[in-house]
Amino acid sequence: MSIRKLLRGPSIAAAIAAATTVLLTGCVGGAATAPDDAGKTTLHLVGYAVPKEANNAIQKKFAETPEGKDVTWQESYGPSGDQSRAVVNGLKADYVNFSLEGDVTRLVKAGLVAEDWKSGPTKGIVSDSAVVIVVQKGNPLGIKDWSDLTKPGVKIVTPNPASSGSARWNILAAYQQVIANGGTDAEAKAYLTKFFNHVAALPGSGRDATNAFLQGSANVLISYENEAILARQSGEDFDYILPAATIKIENPGAVLKDANPKANAYLDFVLSTAGQEEFVKKGFRPVSTNTPVGEVVGANNPAEPFPVPPKLFTISELGGWDAVNAKFFDEGGLVPEIQKATGRSQ
Amino acid sequence: MHDTAAHRVTRWTLRLIVIGYLLFLVIWPVALVAAKTFANGLAPVINALRQPEVIFAFQLTLSAAFWAVVINTIFGVGISLLLVRYTFPGRRALNAMIDVPLSVSPVVVGLALVLVYNGRTGWLGQTLEQGGLQVIYAPPGIIMATAFVSLPLVIRELVPVLTEIGTEQEQAARSLGASGLQTFARITLPAIKWGLLYGVVLSLARSLGEFGAVKIVSGGVAMRTQTATLLVEERYQQFGLVNSITAYTAAFILALIAVIALIIITSLRPSKGAP
Amino acid sequence: MTPSAGTVEAEQSAPTTPAGTATNAGGRRLPRAKSATSLTPISGLGLGIALMWFSLLVFIPLTAVLVQASAGGWSAYWDALTSPQTLAALRLTVGTAVLVTVVNVVMGTAIAWVLVRDQFRGKQLLEVVIDIPFALPTIVAGLVLLSLYGPSSPLGVNWANTRVAVFLAFLFVTLPFIVRTVQPVLLELEHEVEEAAASLGANRLTTFRLVILPSLAPAITAGAALSFCRAISEYGSLVLLSGNLPYSTEVASVRIMSSIEGDKLTEAAAVASILLVVALIVIVVLDLISRRVARYA
Repeated sequence: MSIRKLLRGPSIAAAIAAATTVLLTGCVGGAATAPDDAGKTTLHLVGYAVPKEANNAIQKKFAETPEGKDVTWQESYGPSGDQSRAVVNGLKADYVNFSLEGDVTRLVKAGLVAEDWKSGPTKGIVSDSAVVIVVQKGNPLGIKDWSDLTKPGVKIVTPNPASSGSARWNILAAYQQVIANGGTDAEAKAYLTKFFNHVAALPGSGRDATNAFLQGSANVLISYENEAILARQSGEDFDYILPAATIKIENPGAVLKDANPKANAYLDFVLSTAGQEEFVKKGFRPVSTNTPVGEVVGANNPAEPFPVPPKLFTISELGGWDAVNAKFFDEGGLVPEIQKATGRSQ
Repeated sequence: MHDTAAHRVTRWTLRLIVIGYLLFLVIWPVALVAAKTFANGLAPVINALRQPEVIFAFQLTLSAAFWAVVINTIFGVGISLLLVRYTFPGRRALNAMIDVPLSVSPVVVGLALVLVYNGRTGWLGQTLEQGGLQVIYAPPGIIMATAFVSLPLVIRELVPVLTEIGTEQEQAARSLGASGLQTFARITLPAIKWGLLYGVVLSLARSLGEFGAVKIVSGGVAMRTQTATLLVEERYQQFGLVNSITAYTAAFILALIAVIALIIITSLRPSKGAP
Repeated sequence: MTPSAGTVEAEQSAPTTPAGTATNAGGRRLPRAKSATSLTPISGLGLGIALMWFSLLVFIPLTAVLVQASAGGWSAYWDALTSPQTLAALRLTVGTAVLVTVVNVVMGTAIAWVLVRDQFRGKQLLEVVIDIPFALPTIVAGLVLLSLYGPSSPLGVNWANTRVAVFLAFLFVTLPFIVRTVQPVLLELEHEVEEAAASLGANRLTTFRLVILPSLAPAITAGAALSFCRAISEYGSLVLLSGNLPYSTEVASVRIMSSIEGDKLTEAAAVASILLVVALIVIVVLDLISRRVARYA
């Protein structure tokens, strides 16, 4: 009891000090969310989970240009589908960078993005990549290709297709590689079912999946090539395999209709050589072949970071996103059917 | 009672079990977080604290907690007085309902607020946003979510204190001609001050730590609606040592504030209603 | 043994706050206001304002959850609840919460006993330690538990992303509840009865079983109800710790969060409604218990 009595005096003082601090920062905190000073622009970027570092690097370079001076950023990164829905629901955005074209189409349908957003030379795409198979250092399971993923003991982590863009690229790659190698639709579906039977975790986003793999939930991760490279740049130690047959990932970027005009300048910068070089440094494949590709730390072969696999198929070869979504991901599609059958859904 | 050897064995066994349990569940894990925060020295921690996102996150957390506590204190004092000093139909129901926020999952709190206050389909949110007040994805939503989860805390401290002190002094003051306000300021407030302080500090600790409800209503946009707890989650899930240290630093600060608040509360405890 | 008025109110002392008081500060039960008056115009206005604020903040939003849950009709509600993944999440949540509550009943009572009946240096420290889970932000709690039981654990275990992690998280956040409801009751227990029992030949175990435990029973039940409620509501600590693996470590609150992020608000509200119903039942049970015990006062 005496300790309590002893502490009372200082405690009251501490309580008063704390209250005063809170009172003061309360006022300051309010000011922090006040409108910006004249001359400064704040742009809001809403992106999918993995390009945060790339966008931050591009923003730094953008700030060195005349249009980019005095631009500050407020950003949010997360699973592509969820982020897209959040923007529709009121999350403020000037520039969006999603994983799937469909996530921009959702904004077009909601009247937030102009219909001609993909009429430019790159068709709205700002960065490319490929689906790769990530394995533990030294590849203890001896994975060489997609077919090895259905061996016993393989535990796959891939994100959840309901929320993540990465997930959809992964599933399409897993399915289509059967067909690219001469298989039938039925064989591809059979493979995808076996694939799902080996899925140990379905986290929300591509980044969450990487973290789940690094924490040991699974021994195989299906992910973007750029995510694997970036993780290795940051010191994570694992190997990744670019399969012989895989899909070319194309990530869109768009400016919203009533965005700050500087956002257009940013998009132009992103597509310029300077912007694309920053993407390359973080492991993305540039959209234009003219971009010089130097050494990329973290790639399997830093001198030749982006080999072209023998069978690199694209979404247009699969019929475009509308057809793909109807066939695979929408209500009644292949994936919900397989998920229900294998008990792995969300 | 004789302190036999058997008694002593029981006592020591119980003591060790309890201490061991608390050691492995609370003490050691918390100590480890402190250790991990400073594993690379003090400099990375200071650098982490200097980042604008971190500073903003803590400012936002503190200001949201401040307003939530102010709101809950004003309403807390008012509702406590009403519950104890007056009778009215539904008094008991109101008393039971006050406890609801403490039993509700924070995720449900977030969902509930989004359903009513979001700008696109919210019951009230549509009108509010047309009038220029954005609640969801903006600081007001954070304040509301924080106020929700800590609502009962001040009331639950004041009701017993008010009951105990009785109304004799207040009635005496009234009969001597004091107005309601004077009675409140000069008689009631001093009598309840310890219970009030206790409830306020408790409320503050709870408000600073809210995570789930804030995550849903705020959108977690750094430098705009990202609170300290959301910052911890975001940085933990990013690559690299700097981000890891930032996550642990923010977590350490939050834990430190919680422990300080607890020490304050613990030393105030006997004065709430001395035997 | 007739509990004194102090015991009754102490037993009901705000179990929701970590610090149970040793005195007759009862928090839950409203006593019949001795000098209650009916509302004056000013206080009536105050009540109106307070009620309006309470409605805007609590009542209307929670009602919106229930309304949204029923938005698709009974069949949609039922489908949302009985989807295999939701059932798995509910099973895991309730099952682990029950297990944790049982552990808490034993350990909570033991801790309260040591705090009240034992004396040793540093006991005061334990008082603060017990309340840490209550004041600590849940996301930090997850980080805290990860340090000792996750990938880089000094103990050499790695329970991250397993059901053990869910169990540990629940155990952590529910630690204070039973301790704080039992502690004040133990403090108020009159030693004479125990001594009488001892003088009649009862050994300590019998005394504990037949004399002490029954007086603690209402407090333990109240704490257990709160502990259960708190466990099923837990979210923050599981985000980093449990991996949220469907069918494996995914709990109800995580399920709700995923549905919200996927803009499936009706599904989210359906699962949320279950949690709300359970919370309501717990509150009603607590109210009944406190009234039943009060009758003996």
